[in-house]
Amino acid sequence: MVMEVEKISGLKFHKKQDVAIVGAGMTTFKRRLNETGRELSYLAVKQALEEAGITIDNVEMVVMGSAPDTFDGFHMKGEYLLDGAGGSDRPYMRVFVGGGTGVFAPIAGYWHVASGLADICLVVCEEKMSSTHPHPQSAFKYIWDPILDRPLKPNLIWIFALEMRRYMHVHNIKHEDIALVSVKNKANALDHPCAQVAERITVEDVLNSEPMALPVRRLDVSPPSDGAAALIMVAPHIARQLTDNPVWVTGVGWALDTTWWTNRDLYFPRYVAEAAKMAYRQAHITDPRKEIDVAEPYDPFDYKELHHMEGLGLAKKGEAPILTREGVTQRDGDLPTCPSGGLLGVGNPISAAMGVKACELYWQLAYRAGKRQVAKEVTTGVCQAWGDLMQVGTVMVMSNKR
Amino acid sequence: MVAVVGVGYSGFNSTTPDLSWKEIMYEAAVRAYTDAGINPRRDVDSFVTCAEDLYEGFAIFDEFVPDQLGAVVKPTCTVCADFLYGLATAYMQIRSGLADIAVVEAHSKASDIQTFGNVVKFAMDPIWLRNVGNAHPYYLAALEMFQYMVERCLSEEDVARVVVKNKNNALLNESAPYGANITLEDVMASPKLFDPMKKLEIAPLADGCVVFVLASDKVARELTDTPVWVKGVGWWSETYGYDTASFSAMYAYKAAKMAYRMAGITNPAKEVDFAEVDDRFAFKELQHIEALQLAGKFDSARLLAEGYFDRDGALPVNVSGGNLGVGNLLECTGGQKALEVVLQLRGEAGRRQLSDVETGVAQSWRYLPTHSGAVAVFGL
Repeated sequence: MVMEVEKISGLKFHKKQDVAIVGAGMTTFKRRLNETGRELSYLAVKQALEEAGITIDNVEMVVMGSAPDTFDGFHMKGEYLLDGAGGSDRPYMRVFVGGGTGVFAPIAGYWHVASGLADICLVVCEEKMSSTHPHPQSAFKYIWDPILDRPLKPNLIWIFALEMRRYMHVHNIKHEDIALVSVKNKANALDHPCAQVAERITVEDVLNSEPMALPVRRLDVSPPSDGAAALIMVAPHIARQLTDNPVWVTGVGWALDTTWWTNRDLYFPRYVAEAAKMAYRQAHITDPRKEIDVAEPYDPFDYKELHHMEGLGLAKKGEAPILTREGVTQRDGDLPTCPSGGLLGVGNPISAAMGVKACELYWQLAYRAGKRQVAKEVTTGVCQAWGDLMQVGTVMVMSNKR
Repeated sequence: MVAVVGVGYSGFNSTTPDLSWKEIMYEAAVRAYTDAGINPRRDVDSFVTCAEDLYEGFAIFDEFVPDQLGAVVKPTCTVCADFLYGLATAYMQIRSGLADIAVVEAHSKASDIQTFGNVVKFAMDPIWLRNVGNAHPYYLAALEMFQYMVERCLSEEDVARVVVKNKNNALLNESAPYGANITLEDVMASPKLFDPMKKLEIAPLADGCVVFVLASDKVARELTDTPVWVKGVGWWSETYGYDTASFSAMYAYKAAKMAYRMAGITNPAKEVDFAEVDDRFAFKELQHIEALQLAGKFDSARLLAEGYFDRDGALPVNVSGGNLGVGNLLECTGGQKALEVVLQLRGEAGRRQLSDVETGVAQSWRYLPTHSGAVAVFGL
C-alpha cells in the first residue's frame, strides 16, 4: 500500500544558517614516503587554520573525506586519521563517495553548518596512494562486481578508455582536441606551488606518449599522488569576525547513478547533470554558462574535463572541445576552467583533490590564488568531482556575494 | 524537528546463506518504504548508507548501494560509520533544507567474513598495535574489561549478569538469534577465552539490515499521525591511539551530552524511560550505562543485580536482547538499537513491549579498536 504524497513546495532549501568558507590549506601533491596519512592531514589542517586565523580549539566538528581503505591498507581509515586531522575530542565523521569525495566532504561540511549543529566545521581530505604496491591500480581490483565484472580483470584505465571512445564517437571529437585540455592544465599547474606534474607540453607530446589503453595515452591521465587538503566552513556570525570577504557556499548537489555502468550510455554524465541541477536550483542559477565565472570540473583524464563541463551545463553536449580550442577555458578566457592546473597538472590524490577543486575555487573567489588568479572579475564559481564506477557526481557552487 | 516515519528490517540471523547482502538491503528497504507509505524514486530526497569497505569486501562499497534502495541518480552517499552516524547525517540534511525525506540504511553480512579477527586487526595501528603477540584483537577488550573491573571493584559475576539478562530478554524477540534461557552459573562456567572475558560475554556475529525513513516535521505530519521524533543526536570521537585513550567510554559520555542537550534532557536517569546500549562485550553495557548517565559511576553493577535494568525494572536496558542476544551487527548495531527504541515507542514491540514509554535512547560504539560512538534520543 503506497500512499500518494504531495511534495510541499517552498519548504526545501530553508537552511538554518548560511555557510561561508574562510580558510583552506593543502600539502604538496607527490609521492610522500616520509609522512603518514596523519601527518599529511596535520599539515593541511595547520595551513587552513592559519589562513582562517583560528586554532584547533575553535573547531567544533570535523568532517573527514578519504577514498578507499585499501590504499593505506587500513580498515576504518577514518578512525586511523582521526588524531592527525584534529578530530579527537569532538564530533568527527567520515564520508565517502569514492572519487567524488573531494567535493563531497565539503558538501558534508556544508550541512554540518547549515543545519545549525556546528558554527565552525573543519573539512579534511587525505589520501596516501603510494603505500599500495606495486601500483594503486591493484587496489582497484576490488571495486568490481565479483560475479559479472571481476572475471574480466578490468582496470580503471580501460573502462575510462571505453568512455572516452564513446564520447569521441558520439560527438565526432578528435584526440587532438582532447589533448588540448592536458596541455592547458599542465601549463596552468606551473603556477601551483603544490604541483606534481606541471610542465609545458604540446598536443604532439600527448599524442605520442605511451599508450595505456587506447585511446588513453600516458599524458591523458593524471598521476597517483599523496596529499591532503583542508577547508574551514563557518556560520555567518563567525565569518564576520574572521574576514571581510568570505566565500559563500550557495548550492550543493550530489547524485549516484546505477552500479551497472555497462547498461548506461557513457557519452554523457547524467549523474553530474542531476547533481548540478540540484546545486544550481539552490544557488538560483538558471543559465550556468553565463552565470558561472570560473569552473573547477574534475579532470583525472583530459576528456573528463570536457565531459564534466557538459554535465555541468557549462557547454552544450559536444561543445566543450570547441570552447577549449577557442581558448575560452584558458586562465585569461571567458570561462576559466581548471585554473589551478587540475588533477592533470597538480596531481590526483583521489579525495584530497579537494585541494584543487573546492579549495582552489575558494582561493579564486577570495582573490587569494596569487599567480593562478584568473584574469576576469569573478563572483560565482562551480567545482565538481566524480567517482565510483563512473557513477557519482558531486557539485558545489560558491559565490563571493551572499 | 525530524521524525522517523518508517522503519524496516531484515533478519537478524546468525547466517543468511539464502540471501545476498543486496537482497537483505532490498528486503529491509521495501518494508521501510511500505511502512512510511512512500515511493523511493519519487519521494525520497537523500539516501545515506553506513558501511566500511573492509567489512563488505569491496574497495569502494559506495558503488553498490543505489539500485536495491531505489536510489538511482538520486543524492546518495556513504558514511563510514555506524547507523547512528547515518541517522545524524540524515538529520542534518533535513535540518539544512537539503531533504524533506531522507533514508538511512545499514546492514551486516558478517557471515560472509571468513577471518573477522584479521579484518579488525587491519584497523589497528600498523606499528604499535597490529601484531602485538599475534593475538586476536579481542584481547584489547579484555584488557579494558580488567581495568574497568578493578576501577569499579566489580566481581566476575557482576559482568556475567549482563549476559543472563540480555540473553533471556532475547527469548521474547523473534528476530534475536542468540536468545537463551541461561543462568549465572552457565555464564560463569563458560571458558575464559580472553582472561577475564568469557566466551558468553562476547557478542557473536549476526546478519541483518535496518532502514529508516526520516522526514521533516511538516512532511511527517502528512505521512503519519504518530511519528516518533528524533529529539537529539550526538556523536563523538575521543582518539585513535590506545596510548592516548581514557578507557572510560568518554565517546559515549560526550556523544550523549550532545544528544541530551539537543533533546533538552537535563537529568537522563529520570527523563529517559529505557535504553538500548552497545553490549558487544558484556562489560561495555555497564560502562555505557554510566556514560549515558543512566546510573551513577559505581552504581550500574549493583542496580543491575537488583533488577533495575530488567524488562520490568525501573529503567529497562536492552529489552531487545542487546548484541549479546541479537548479535554483533557491525555497522548496523546502532540500527538495531534505534529500531528497538522506535518499535517500543510505537507500541509495536510485540511480546517484549514495555508499558508507558515516551523517551528512549539508542547508543552505539564503533567497535574495536576505536574510541568513537554515537547516541540518538527518540521520543513521542
